[in-house]
Amino acid sequence: MPGKLKAKIVAGRHLPVMDRASDLTDAFVEVKFGNTTFKTDVYPKSLNPQWNSEWFKFEVDDEDLQDEPLQITVLDHDTYSANDAIGKVYIDIDPLLSSEAATVISGWFPIYDTIHGIRGEINVLVKVELFNDLNRFRQSSCGVKFFCTTSIPRCYRAVMVHGFVEELVVNEDPEYQWIDRIRTPRASNEARQRLISLMSGELQRKIGLKVLEMGGNAVVGYLQCFDLEGESGLVVRAIGTACTLDKLSNTYTPATAINPCNSSPSKDIKDSPQAVPSALGCRSTHSSPVHSASSRLSQGFSVSVPTLLFAGMKHRHRSSDGPRARQCRAGFGEEAPGVPLSSGPPTPLRAQTFSSFSPSKSYSRQSSSSDTELSLTPKTARICLSPSSPTLQSKSSPIPTTKALRSTTPPPLHVSQSDTAMLRKSVSFSEDLLLAASGMGSGGSAGKEAGPLKALLRQQTQTALEQREFPFFTLTSFPPGFLLHVGGVVSARSVKLLDRIHNPALGNTRSYKLLDWNSFTADEPETRDAWWEEIRQEIKSHAKALGCHAVVGYSESTSICEEVCILSASGTAAILSSRFMQDSALDTEHRLSRQQASVFTSGAEKGEGDMGSTASLGFEDLMSPGCAFCHIPYDELNMPFPAQLTYCHCCRRYKVPDVLFTTIDLPTEANVTGKGCLIQARLCRTKKKAQGEGNATAISNLLPFLEYELHTQLMNKLKLRSMNALFGLRIQISVGENMLLGLASATGVYLTALPSPGGIQIAGKTPSDITYEQHISNMQKKINDTIAKNKELYEINPPDLVEEVIGSPIPEPRQRSRLFRSHSESSDEVSELDLSHGKKDAFVLEIDDTDAVEDIHSLLTDAPTPPGFYSCNTEIMPGIYNWTSALQMFTSVRVFRLSNVNLTNQGLNKVFNDLCENLLKSLYFKLRSMVPCCLCHVNFTVAVPEDELIQVAVTAVAMSFDKDQTQENGRQSIDKNLMKAITENEDQLQFPLELSAESSSNPLNSAKGLSEVSGPLPSARDRCSSWIEQLRLKAHTIRCGSIKTMSSLEKASPLPEGRSRSLRSNRSYAGSSVTVVKMTPLSFIPGTKIIKYLGIINMFFIRETTSLREEGGVSGFLHSFIAEVFAMVRAHVAALGGNAVVSYNMKECVFMENPNKNQAQCLINVSGDAVIFVRESELEATPPQPHSASAQTSSSGEGT
Amino acid sequence: MSVELDVFVGNTTIMDKEVYQLWLNGYTVNDAVKVRIEGGVMEECEASAEVLLSDTMDQFRTFQMCERLLQNPAKLANQLLFQIPPDRQAMLIERYYAFDDDVVREVLGKKLSKGTKKDLDDVSAKTGITLKSCRRQFDNFKRVFKVVEELKGPLVENIKQHFLLPDQLARDYAAIVFFANNRFETGKKKLQYLTFQDFAFCAGQLINNWTVGAVDNMVEDMDVDLDKEFLQDLKDLKILITDKDLLDQHKSLVCVALRGKTKVFNEMEANFKNLSRGLVNIAAKLTNTKDVRDFFIDLVEKFIEPCKSDKWTATDVNLYLTHYTNSAHILDTFKHQNVWTRYMGVIKSCILRMYHE
Repeated sequence: MPGKLKAKIVAGRHLPVMDRASDLTDAFVEVKFGNTTFKTDVYPKSLNPQWNSEWFKFEVDDEDLQDEPLQITVLDHDTYSANDAIGKVYIDIDPLLSSEAATVISGWFPIYDTIHGIRGEINVLVKVELFNDLNRFRQSSCGVKFFCTTSIPRCYRAVMVHGFVEELVVNEDPEYQWIDRIRTPRASNEARQRLISLMSGELQRKIGLKVLEMGGNAVVGYLQCFDLEGESGLVVRAIGTACTLDKLSNTYTPATAINPCNSSPSKDIKDSPQAVPSALGCRSTHSSPVHSASSRLSQGFSVSVPTLLFAGMKHRHRSSDGPRARQCRAGFGEEAPGVPLSSGPPTPLRAQTFSSFSPSKSYSRQSSSSDTELSLTPKTARICLSPSSPTLQSKSSPIPTTKALRSTTPPPLHVSQSDTAMLRKSVSFSEDLLLAASGMGSGGSAGKEAGPLKALLRQQTQTALEQREFPFFTLTSFPPGFLLHVGGVVSARSVKLLDRIHNPALGNTRSYKLLDWNSFTADEPETRDAWWEEIRQEIKSHAKALGCHAVVGYSESTSICEEVCILSASGTAAILSSRFMQDSALDTEHRLSRQQASVFTSGAEKGEGDMGSTASLGFEDLMSPGCAFCHIPYDELNMPFPAQLTYCHCCRRYKVPDVLFTTIDLPTEANVTGKGCLIQARLCRTKKKAQGEGNATAISNLLPFLEYELHTQLMNKLKLRSMNALFGLRIQISVGENMLLGLASATGVYLTALPSPGGIQIAGKTPSDITYEQHISNMQKKINDTIAKNKELYEINPPDLVEEVIGSPIPEPRQRSRLFRSHSESSDEVSELDLSHGKKDAFVLEIDDTDAVEDIHSLLTDAPTPPGFYSCNTEIMPGIYNWTSALQMFTSVRVFRLSNVNLTNQGLNKVFNDLCENLLKSLYFKLRSMVPCCLCHVNFTVAVPEDELIQVAVTAVAMSFDKDQTQENGRQSIDKNLMKAITENEDQLQFPLELSAESSSNPLNSAKGLSEVSGPLPSARDRCSSWIEQLRLKAHTIRCGSIKTMSSLEKASPLPEGRSRSLRSNRSYAGSSVTVVKMTPLSFIPGTKIIKYLGIINMFFIRETTSLREEGGVSGFLHSFIAEVFAMVRAHVAALGGNAVVSYNMKECVFMENPNKNQAQCLINVSGDAVIFVRESELEATPPQPHSASAQTSSSGEGT
Repeated sequence: MSVELDVFVGNTTIMDKEVYQLWLNGYTVNDAVKVRIEGGVMEECEASAEVLLSDTMDQFRTFQMCERLLQNPAKLANQLLFQIPPDRQAMLIERYYAFDDDVVREVLGKKLSKGTKKDLDDVSAKTGITLKSCRRQFDNFKRVFKVVEELKGPLVENIKQHFLLPDQLARDYAAIVFFANNRFETGKKKLQYLTFQDFAFCAGQLINNWTVGAVDNMVEDMDVDLDKEFLQDLKDLKILITDKDLLDQHKSLVCVALRGKTKVFNEMEANFKNLSRGLVNIAAKLTNTKDVRDFFIDLVEKFIEPCKSDKWTATDVNLYLTHYTNSAHILDTFKHQNVWTRYMGVIKSCILRMYHE
């Protein structure tokens, strides 16, 4: 019973008029936590009540503290009838449970009503006293910190990265309960909000438990999602990366920030040998103890085989349940070939990884004893896993075994991943998958399909261990030196038929209303849990096929339409350094690497030329990290898919692929030529309306084509921009009743290490026709022009040297085939074919092909960004470093109605494409005052809410940057002074001049714009800068003006609190002014330093209206709702004492309307990290780094 | 095929001053788009009409949502819904409360009632300003009036505090409130040549000098009414015209001072008694509400028009009024120096302001 929660209701303001007669309100407040409720007195006849209540005290379990929100209801007292609710505030008290985060919640919260929106504000104080119960980690996981940020949070150092944690809980959706028919919409909405709040709390607590089991103290890259499955229920699921973080002690933070109590687990870890290679991923058994592993596996694998793209689109009807679910997976690993595996760093890595698999056993100590390995105490696990040489010896032994399975090809190196005999079976199994996937040794693998494997697996339940371990990381950027090599994107999708989740309430013996689905699924094979298991397994096998042992930038998503659900997962196959997986001293690592290298030389038959140098390479890679991550992780002769390899254009020693696709952020150390840009592939495909299984089949059949075409589009657009790599790739597939939407977004860049991309060549099939040829040559010319223009626009001028490179001839595969074989991995062609030489260095598009015409069309319709604008969907734009502090986060939503239902695919495509393009154009226009600026982290979400509706939502941040990057020192110092002046100014204004609409904004960058005018410039820039010049002049005048008005305003409006206005100081508005809270989807705010993380913000809101027209139609309704959501997020952050939200994300925006009934409903789910930042200029400790944006905090993390 | 829903919400509320002005001016979205296209934003930013329409609609919606707050500017500063930098807030408020002189000129001194509001379409037709904008302006006048009407303390300060307006604008509103409260006649044909700014200036003079608050800031009284005591005292000034000696003495003093300094000396000398009588009579009658209302018309009829017909320049008027005021102080038998100064100070500056050459 380790917690005492205290709440105090101070005052209210701006309350709505509840009594028409007096135009006033008799308000009182109910404070509820769990089943305990307190009430304040009624404060009669006021719209600005001052309750100033006593402290309401709740004595509760910390488990409840984690799960339950504090619920505050404001009501209007009515003597004769029932009291009217004004609205509610839910306060998540989780941040108070970690003593490193906030200590008190205090501030004004908007009072929210699901029907009326925000109705006034209430001032609340909340505190928690946690008793120091040593056993408190038993049921709860207080103290585990959660971060949405997908990198190591800025003021922490990663001691260790433990790996993947996931959990899901399900329940019935109150909206679909029978009682919903008789209760009011408000009651339903509130039930839903409350339930989801509870479920999120529970989910977080459970994940926290897993983290503690793994020995971590934090979850980074925490991603929580809701699946509103309608009739069949509500799923809340979350994934994240367990870490052990250490607070960086820096001069500006009070030393007390490091709390011994909280960091204790991490210290244990560090000091105890148990900390040795921690698990890459842990799906600890307790989450689904009842699952029989074998059944799960067979289920998973038999369907995974169809991964083979076209060839493998098989459906398997489930024998037990009849043909209910059809599955389809389409995965593609990118054409990312690799360095011969013999290179140093991967080797030790592997060693670490393998050994690291096992310690996770120890983490399952809390789980039920059904699994054999559970009997291992942590200690024993540790012993057998310590990376001593004997263990390693044994690791090499399985190689022959596995080799036997593959008749024709030499074993890829990862064979050695089987680290103990116990795991051999599972390894061989995935090996088989791999063979199938890579299209090699097809004969052998075919025979080994489901049947015999299943049998094997059933016998070996302990292989479940392997299954539970997912070496996945939700991180997208890493401490330097952590990410060694990147293989390419791995993704998997699966189409499922939703069916009613068995009423969990029945037979539930726990008093707790929420259900952990896992505990009920023993005999229910079709579980959400198992679905994800399958997908993850598939992802894992894809990663293996790419010669990688880990998946980074991992994420999962769903799209639901009626009873069909598409599950998607994607990530980037990678090889990671062991540095953060154990607290090994460097020498251990190197000893290992040497040993491992020798193992490889003996075990592998490849006879790589580079082999000899392995040992030394370990250092080499660390020293030139700029290109290392591009080097292929897989084996050149045994590539999992066809790709062109060349020697790295930076170091000339390792092989790199010609194109690299990833889901992660650009590593900070990466060498990039020029700037990057947002690249989107958009696709819309019609689908016949169908029901149930038919529908699922139809979708399954369409998916691979959709994905394939998206990929082709991406590739073409990449080439058109003369770029060779994609980062932050996110492919979203949305399913509607009669169409499928696909949207792929990524940031294209030119990686210096990769070869320069060839052009695009158009070929016609009937060259005899002259007009036709002319047509073609016109098109060709257009394309060539665009490429040239783009090169200039993105400043891509790779050194010419690059072209002549390397002694060995670069294999040039036949382009045509490459174009269509981008799904490489799943294609069943034999790899040798692709090594045949074709001398063209261009991508060929045959325009006889209607698809190609479409492709070309979409290529040419993509409007370039207006001058002064850049855009990307990664955190920051490669090639831009000098951000100013001006930033503007925004959300934009558009719904498009297709009036003509009988659209062709092309028509639909055009509509969809235009929709996205226009949306982008609108954004550029809206934000024109921030120029020069970059739209960062542009996150598109598409949905098909109804038959003829397409919904696109974008959340992004616009950040201004200082255009002139190469300034002489003198000027820089002037600018610095200027900057200082400005920041001072801003502080004076208590508000950064962030908005800048029209002009008042950003004198800094405009001033620099001026300085640039003097220099010789290419025309485009010239134009831009003269524009800036204009703006500057305007800005100058207006700025003066605004400051003047400001000062007069200051006179008029009192400073926050205390100082009252000369006259009627007792008026409510004389109180505090509102704290400015910045919001950004990025993990940092340029020009500032985050000094404290206050906790995770995870909020879910429902808004409904029955007077849509009166609220300004659908746009008015949604506009005010989104504004309200922002306001509530800001209020919560401010109440925690923060001044910004980083890693803000709008994960869900479900909008439904019924204009005929004048009704609409919308659900929004947002998340982020509340932080306190200070301006770097205020710190004065170090001169502001010019590259502040890209500079990682983590240099200290490298300390080893 | 149509865009069904289109919203853009920034963490910091984005507002374009130009669009805001169009909204304030009462334009429809389509008209506003036209104006913007003509303004050349499209070329400047490579935007299409579609983009412009979307942007305009979105901003108009934002303004509409803000309007509720703008009507209570103090709320704007501590509401949570829109995050608007203080300088922007000030701009929004200032522009929302800004008005067209032409419009206010039409309603100046009128009762701010429903009846007057109904006549706004005439005002709109006359001034060429949209009815919507006229209504907003009128509602602003009325709102400000209602709030400060009953408040104690200095009028301008009250307006500044409650509506967070910049000084000049607050003064203008004070003038409007003052005029509306005292119902000064401004609509007569003879007064048509006067602009709102002329009246605002005069109102400022009256507020600063003739109200109770003008004498003593600490008095818990209102600034919107003239100081009754003072108005009573003004009756005493009558002696200047009723006492023949005093009148002659006064005249000769002024003549001595002005001789040779003005081209219209002769006219002045001839008219002195008339003019003096006019001014003193105005003072003496101010105890009647009706005569207060006619204050400006009286000034024009009794002083400005005679001078005009004699072709006095503004300098002449200034010179005359200065000496006219000062000379009275030298009169031994004239005891009401303080009242005289308080009265003539205002009269002089009002006349000078109202004297358009």
